[in-house]
Amino acid sequence: MPGPLDPGVNVIGSTDPSRIRNFCIIAHIDHGKSTLADRMLQITGVVDPRQMRAQYLDRMDIERERGITIKSQAVRMPWVVREGDKQGESAVLNMIDTPGHVDFTYEVSRSLAACEGAILLVDAAQGIEAQTLANLYLAMENDLHIIPVLNKIDLPAAQPEKYAEELAKLIGVEPTDVLRVSGKTGVGVDHLLDEIVRQFQPPVGDPAAPARAMIFDSVYDVYRGVVTYVRVVDGRIEARDRIKMMSTGAVHELLELGVASPEMEKAGALGVGEVGYLITGVKDVRQSKVGDTVTGNNRPAKDALGGYKDPKPMVYSGLYPIDGSDYPALRDALDKLKLNDAALTYEPETSAALGFGFRVGYLGLLHLEIIGERLEREFGLDLISTAPNVVYQVITEDAKETVVTNPSEFPSGKIAEIHEPVVRATVLVPNEYVGAVMELCQSRRGSLLGMEYLSSERVELRYTLPLAEIIFDFFDQLKSKTKGYASLDYEPSGEQAADLVKVDILLHGEPVDAFSAIVHKDKAYSYGTTIAAKLQKLIPRQQFEVPIQAAIGSRIIARETIRAIRKDVLAKCYGGDISRKRKLLEKQKEGKKRMKMVGRVEVPQEAFIAALSTSDSADTKGTTKK
Amino acid sequence: MAGALPDGEPVPTDGSLPDDATREVGKNGFAVYVHVPFCASRCGYCDFNTYTAAELGGGASRDEYAETVLAELALAARVIEPGPVGTVFVGGGTPTLLSAGDLGRVLEGIDRTWGLAPGAEVTTEANPESVDPAYLRQLRAAGFTRISLGMQSAADNVLRVLDRKHTAGRAPQAATEAREAGFEHVNLDLIYGTPGESADDFARSLRTVVDAGVDHVSAYALIVEDGTRMAGRMRRGELPYPSDDVAADRYLAAEAALTEAGFGWYEVSNWARPGGECRHNLLYWTGADWWGLGPGAHSHVGGVRWWNVKHPSAYAGRLAAGASPGHARELLTDADRHLEDVMLRVRLREGIPLDRVDATGAAQALADGLLEPDAYERGRLVLTLRGRLLADAVVRDVL
Repeated sequence: MPGPLDPGVNVIGSTDPSRIRNFCIIAHIDHGKSTLADRMLQITGVVDPRQMRAQYLDRMDIERERGITIKSQAVRMPWVVREGDKQGESAVLNMIDTPGHVDFTYEVSRSLAACEGAILLVDAAQGIEAQTLANLYLAMENDLHIIPVLNKIDLPAAQPEKYAEELAKLIGVEPTDVLRVSGKTGVGVDHLLDEIVRQFQPPVGDPAAPARAMIFDSVYDVYRGVVTYVRVVDGRIEARDRIKMMSTGAVHELLELGVASPEMEKAGALGVGEVGYLITGVKDVRQSKVGDTVTGNNRPAKDALGGYKDPKPMVYSGLYPIDGSDYPALRDALDKLKLNDAALTYEPETSAALGFGFRVGYLGLLHLEIIGERLEREFGLDLISTAPNVVYQVITEDAKETVVTNPSEFPSGKIAEIHEPVVRATVLVPNEYVGAVMELCQSRRGSLLGMEYLSSERVELRYTLPLAEIIFDFFDQLKSKTKGYASLDYEPSGEQAADLVKVDILLHGEPVDAFSAIVHKDKAYSYGTTIAAKLQKLIPRQQFEVPIQAAIGSRIIARETIRAIRKDVLAKCYGGDISRKRKLLEKQKEGKKRMKMVGRVEVPQEAFIAALSTSDSADTKGTTKK
Repeated sequence: MAGALPDGEPVPTDGSLPDDATREVGKNGFAVYVHVPFCASRCGYCDFNTYTAAELGGGASRDEYAETVLAELALAARVIEPGPVGTVFVGGGTPTLLSAGDLGRVLEGIDRTWGLAPGAEVTTEANPESVDPAYLRQLRAAGFTRISLGMQSAADNVLRVLDRKHTAGRAPQAATEAREAGFEHVNLDLIYGTPGESADDFARSLRTVVDAGVDHVSAYALIVEDGTRMAGRMRRGELPYPSDDVAADRYLAAEAALTEAGFGWYEVSNWARPGGECRHNLLYWTGADWWGLGPGAHSHVGGVRWWNVKHPSAYAGRLAAGASPGHARELLTDADRHLEDVMLRVRLREGIPLDRVDATGAAQALADGLLEPDAYERGRLVLTLRGRLLADAVVRDVL
């Protein structure tokens, strides 16, 4: 049995850095990270088993429900090594939770930068997934020591031998170095905790230098304002200090600092290597940005820690309330979400088809989807989103450059060149689906960068793809062509010139803004015919004939016609029909109020919604728990 | 009477009405409707409240039915005092499944209770196959002045799809018999747009009604009601769905043939020779009051609409217990009454004064060729032929 924790070790603010181990867990969304984290909280004794909530660290309902972690947190856990060469040694473990998805690569990179080691956690029944692989590479680039761990070894379908080999090959260790645990039963978890102390390096910093701490997370809390999570690199932050954000020079009073264990515990200071939280009373996470360096105002550091970037939206879409009177509610809701999401941008936008809404910028598809879902769930809003688009640089022949985040901003003059963002995509797929994936990537204008066998059965394909092609139905297609086995990750990798055009959809000669799209020239015709045919089916016949046209500039590339309605009258209306007819009429009149007018054409908003929602499907499957 | 009854608030057990309603009863005319919920067989397109069993028992059987209706009339007499009855209409079902004596007794009861106005119009519906000359003479003698025959089509193939039991020649023959029995006013009902009906079939139907010498024709587009046998057959793909474009063509054909023969439209689905308009139906459309007797029958008195329980046995049971057979009712607001008024009057040849509708909507409808310019000049909204086919759209636009 291990001895008790050395009482001098776990003193917040003066923990000996050599006792500290800062680490994170890299895992795919359903590979059991949260369950393992819960088990660690329990085994280290920081959470009373009776108070244990399943998946303690995922605070937001939406996270808990979908089993994904959006915002990270850090938990301080004392640990006394139970076995092996360091038996009886006291340590302080800081587990830094990381977001697990492609859109949050930057946040992940900051979390990794706060650690010396990473646990690579992989489901022993599924093997590694593309997103995990991408984060693993990121961790290795950050010089983190990796402990490979297979989870869920209690499952009957677990194949630990097979996947241990795969992991060993990836990291360059022996299969026997791969630990085996079950977060569910707790098997192997104490050994893992021992190995964390044994294998990971303690943090190193200069305690005498001016304070420098890196912000790796920033969370808005209704009661406390913004809670900023930091890792102290040099010096010491005292509770009485005024602190300074090095990117902006803004100075804030410190109201409180401390550590999460996992409940917030106030402290007097945070020292070298320690991980904790700061509360300054600011109300917007934009004032406390991930990646920024915090220093003391009295003795500020000269240089910030490296690696800070401003979050930049990659994907835009229009967001509209289905009931126009919800517009102010939508604005309030976005204002609230913004407090907790430094990457969310939006500005008001008006659409003839959809009314008043917002043009919203997102980091990527998951981000888009999470925002949409939170707006619907937490704020009770019914929303429709236009097809997402990326950011284009359009250069006209007069050498003017326009940044286009909305097809409506597409310049009307002669176009010299258009640049679109591209990504480096990684697809992991069983080898029998390689052909199908290549075909899909080729049809999406991808170019193959490389292909590697992770094992005899699994292949890693690397492609350059236009981001625009990925945000449009790509993930669904990928999943359906590989029976759900493929996993995808991507990261921005610059831009390229491409032969793109703007296709407008005209209803009775009037452009319907919500359907304008920037597409590759070769796909303009199929986009035009698809949307025109869809609208032709969805828009009810009017009292006059309505042409639906797809056009590039003034050139019509596709046409459908909605024939005029000739009969709209109930045959019979006698004594017994009147109540029913009146109720029907009242309903129709209500419906008429909700009609959107495009010129004189009455279009039920559902028609627009149906036309929009069936054509684009966001990266949904990747974020739901199986 | 349509399949499902609307929702509403409960009707008091004694059938009583708010004072506001009873105070104005008969102000715009008063009528009585009698529903006869029996048929020899049910037609595949029909969702009316009708039953094929003759022996429902407990006052709901065919033989006891007239007495049960008279019991409701007695209850009605305690609720309103409307003054003389301008029109009576017996509908169904198939009213002529009752004996002429029973129908006569009901009519006599109405006369005794509230008094028939001099020259009152008294109509009964009839199926061509359920009447003969002797029966028609008895009805005429009992005080009936008008017969409405469900002809539907002159094409046997169409009658078969509609499950009608008569053959093509029977309806005009029955119309002739009715006229010979002394009925000045005879209506023939047509249904158009039935699956399988050709333009020629319908042209023949129109020729037949014109040649039958009647003074009134109603022509209705086939409505496929949910829950009917016909709806089921369409859902299963055994019959094609009716097309609105075909219905529009048929309507134009009806208008042309009937106008040519000296009929004039006076409501969207009704044409008459001068003086042949159905006054009972006009009362429905011009805000009159009426009491509907019988299961599932709807009534309107001074802004209160109510409807009776649907099943004949439930209906008879309520009356046997001395209670109102009213199932539910609604008290119309001024806005409801205005909406109904526009909805109903827009469908009439005489139209509605422009100052009772939305000016912008009316101007647009005029510009679209849906309103008669002359009438518009005179301050009335009257539909053009195209406007009649789009009457519901016009109503929505001018409300």
